[in-house]
Amino acid sequence: MRVQFDKLGIVIALLAAYGALWASFATLKPNRIVQGQAEAMLQSLPAWAGWGLIGVLVLATAAALFRTSPWIKLVAAVAALAALTLSIGYAATFLTPAGNSYARVSPASGFWILLFAFALLAADAITRLDPPPGMRVLFLVLAAAAIGALLMSGSWNGLSIMKEYSGRADVFWVEAGKHVELALGSLFAAVLAGLPLGILCHRVAPLRDGVLNTLNLVQTIPSIALFGLLIAPLGWIAANVPGAAAIGIRGIGGAPAFVALFLYSLLPVVANTVVGLAGVPRAANDAARGIGMTGRQRLFKIEFPLALPVILTAIRIVLVQNIGMATIAALIGGGGFGVFVFQGIGQTAMDLVLLGAVPTVALAFASAVILDALIEMNSRVPNGARSA
Amino acid sequence: MIEIDAITKRYDGITVVDNVSMVIEPRTVTVVVGTSGSGKTTLIRMINRLVEATEGAIRLDGEDNRSIPGYELRRRIGYAIQGHGLFPHRTVAQNIATVPGLLGWTKARTEAKVEELLTLFQLEPKTFGPRYPHELSGGQQQRVGVARALAAEPNVLLMDEPFGALDPIIRAKAQEDLLAIQKYFATTIVLVTHDMNEAFHLADKIAVMDKGRVVQYGPPAELVRAPATPFVETLIGDAERPFRLLSIAKTGAAAEPGEAEGEPIREDRSQQEALADLIWSGRDALPVISRNGAPMGRVTLDAILKRAARPR
Repeated sequence: MRVQFDKLGIVIALLAAYGALWASFATLKPNRIVQGQAEAMLQSLPAWAGWGLIGVLVLATAAALFRTSPWIKLVAAVAALAALTLSIGYAATFLTPAGNSYARVSPASGFWILLFAFALLAADAITRLDPPPGMRVLFLVLAAAAIGALLMSGSWNGLSIMKEYSGRADVFWVEAGKHVELALGSLFAAVLAGLPLGILCHRVAPLRDGVLNTLNLVQTIPSIALFGLLIAPLGWIAANVPGAAAIGIRGIGGAPAFVALFLYSLLPVVANTVVGLAGVPRAANDAARGIGMTGRQRLFKIEFPLALPVILTAIRIVLVQNIGMATIAALIGGGGFGVFVFQGIGQTAMDLVLLGAVPTVALAFASAVILDALIEMNSRVPNGARSA
Repeated sequence: MIEIDAITKRYDGITVVDNVSMVIEPRTVTVVVGTSGSGKTTLIRMINRLVEATEGAIRLDGEDNRSIPGYELRRRIGYAIQGHGLFPHRTVAQNIATVPGLLGWTKARTEAKVEELLTLFQLEPKTFGPRYPHELSGGQQQRVGVARALAAEPNVLLMDEPFGALDPIIRAKAQEDLLAIQKYFATTIVLVTHDMNEAFHLADKIAVMDKGRVVQYGPPAELVRAPATPFVETLIGDAERPFRLLSIAKTGAAAEPGEAEGEPIREDRSQQEALADLIWSGRDALPVISRNGAPMGRVTLDAILKRAARPR
C-alpha cells in the first residue's frame, strides 16, 4: 500500500517543525515591561518534560501528515494542544528564578505557532467529521470545560498573563460583564428594532432603498469617529432631557458605545430580514393566502420561519462584529475587555494586552460556533440542501 | 352552486374581467380556458376573494361571498395552484393539516383526515406523512397540494393550472385522479387551464374567456358544434374538431348489436380511443365489453366516423 500524504498535513508539519525547532518557546523577562530573553523548547523545560512534549508533537505531526481517520487526527490534535498548554505553564515555573516575584514568563512565537498548527489540525478534523450541530456545541463545551479546568488547576499561575489577571481579578470580571452587556445588549436592541424595520421595508417597497442606503452610510463611518459624533447629541440629551442622565445616558461611557454598536448592527439585521423575506417562495405565500391564513399568520407561520436562517446569519455576523468592536468602547470609557488592551498598550505590557485580547477572541469564536449550529438546525429544510 | 353576477375587475382603469355572469352547478367540473391575459385567473381568484371585485357580486349557495372576512371564506374553499405552493419547512402531514389547524380541529380528527387523504392519493401515510416537500417527486408534490386544498372538506375547489408543471404522463394520471376524487367527495371544481385537451378531458362545462369576457359557456360538445365566436373556433382548432367530439363521448354510446374479432374495448373508453384502435389494428369493428368484462356488442368504424362528422 502506498503511503499518502495529507496536503493540509504537510503545511501543519512545516509549521510545527518551525515552531518547535527554530522559534523560541517561552520568553523570560526580568519584569513585566522590558524585553526578555527567548528560550528554546528544551531550555524552557526540564529534560523529561521537554523530550516528552517533543515526543507528543512528533506523533501528532505524523497523524497530521498521513491520510488517516479524522478521529485519529482529532485525538492527536487534542493531545498536542493539551501537552502544549500544560508545558507552557510548567515552563513558567521552571524558568522563573526561585523567590523572584518580578520576573515574568510569557509564551513566545514558537508556542503560538504550535498552538495555531494543532488548532488548525483539530478544526480540519472536526470539519471532516461533519458532526451534527448539537455535537459541535458539545465539542465547544468540552473545550471550554478543559480550558476552565486548566485555569482553575493553577498550572498556569506562573505565566505572566495570569499574573496580570490575578492582580485584576475583580476588575476583569466587571469588564467582562460590561463587554458582554455591550455586545449582546446592542445586538438585542438591533434585532428588536431591525426585524420590524426589515418587515416594513419588505412590505413597503419605496421605503427599502432609502432605509438600506442610510444604514449603509452609517456602516461606513469609522467606529472611533462614530463614538466621537455621538458624544455631542448624547451629552445634550443628558443635559436637557429629564431623567436621561439618571438611566446612564451621558456623552461618554457606555451610552455612546451602546448606540454606536446598535447602529452598526442595524444594517445586517434589516438587510438580511429583507433578503430572507424576499426569498420566501411566491407560490408558498400565495397558497398561504389562498387557504385562508390572515396576514399575521402568514408572517409568523410561513414567511418568518422560512426567512429565519438568513436572519440568524445576520445575527451571527452582528454578534461576532460587536464582540470585536466593543473593545474600542474602552476608548470613550465604555468599559469592556478593551480596557486591558489600551492599558497594556499604554504601559507597553504585552501580557496585559493579551489579557484583553484573548478572551475577546475566545468569546467571538464561541458565539460563532453556537450561532452556526443554530443556523444549521433551522435551515435543514428548504431546497433539499441537506439529505437526512 | 356558484352564481357569478355581472362581475368586473379593473386595475388602474384597465379592465381585466369585464362584466362576467355565469352559474356553476354544484358537483360539476367547470373549466375556464383562454389565452394568457384573458382574465381567467383573476376570475377564479375573485371567487375566494384573493382579488376583490370592482363591481358585481359572487354568491356561494345564495350567500354573498363578502358577508364574511376573506380569510374565513378562503378556509371554506379549497385552493390549489401551479407549482403546488407547499410550505417547504413543514412536513407533508403538517402541510395537509394547515387548514384544519386554522379551523381549530381536534388533533385526532386532523390526523384521521390527513391519513384518509394521503391514502386516497396513493401516498402511504407512514412513509410520506413525515417527509418534507423537497423529498417528493413533482407528481407527489402536486397530489399533496390538492390533498391540502381538500383537507377541510370544502364544497368548492378552485384550481389554477394545477397540472401545469407536470410532465405529460404524470399529468394524465393526475387528471384521472382528480376526476375520481371529484366523484368521491362530490366537490364543485372550478379549474383554470390553457390546455384545451385538459379542458375537454375534465370539463362538464367549459367557459371560454377572451379579453376579460366569457365568450362562450357550455358543455364541451356545444363548443365544438356551435362555436360562438371565431376565437372559440381557433381555440378548438379546425383540424381537431372531429377528434374533440370523439374524445368527449364514450364508446358504449356508439355500440350496436353484433360480433367482432380481436381485442375488445371497454365501453367507458372514449370514442377517440376506439377510433385509434380501429385504425391501428386495421379492423372495421371492435368488440365492446362492459367495465366488468361482459360483452356489449361491437362498435364499427362507420358508426364512429358518423359521430365525428359535423353535427346538423
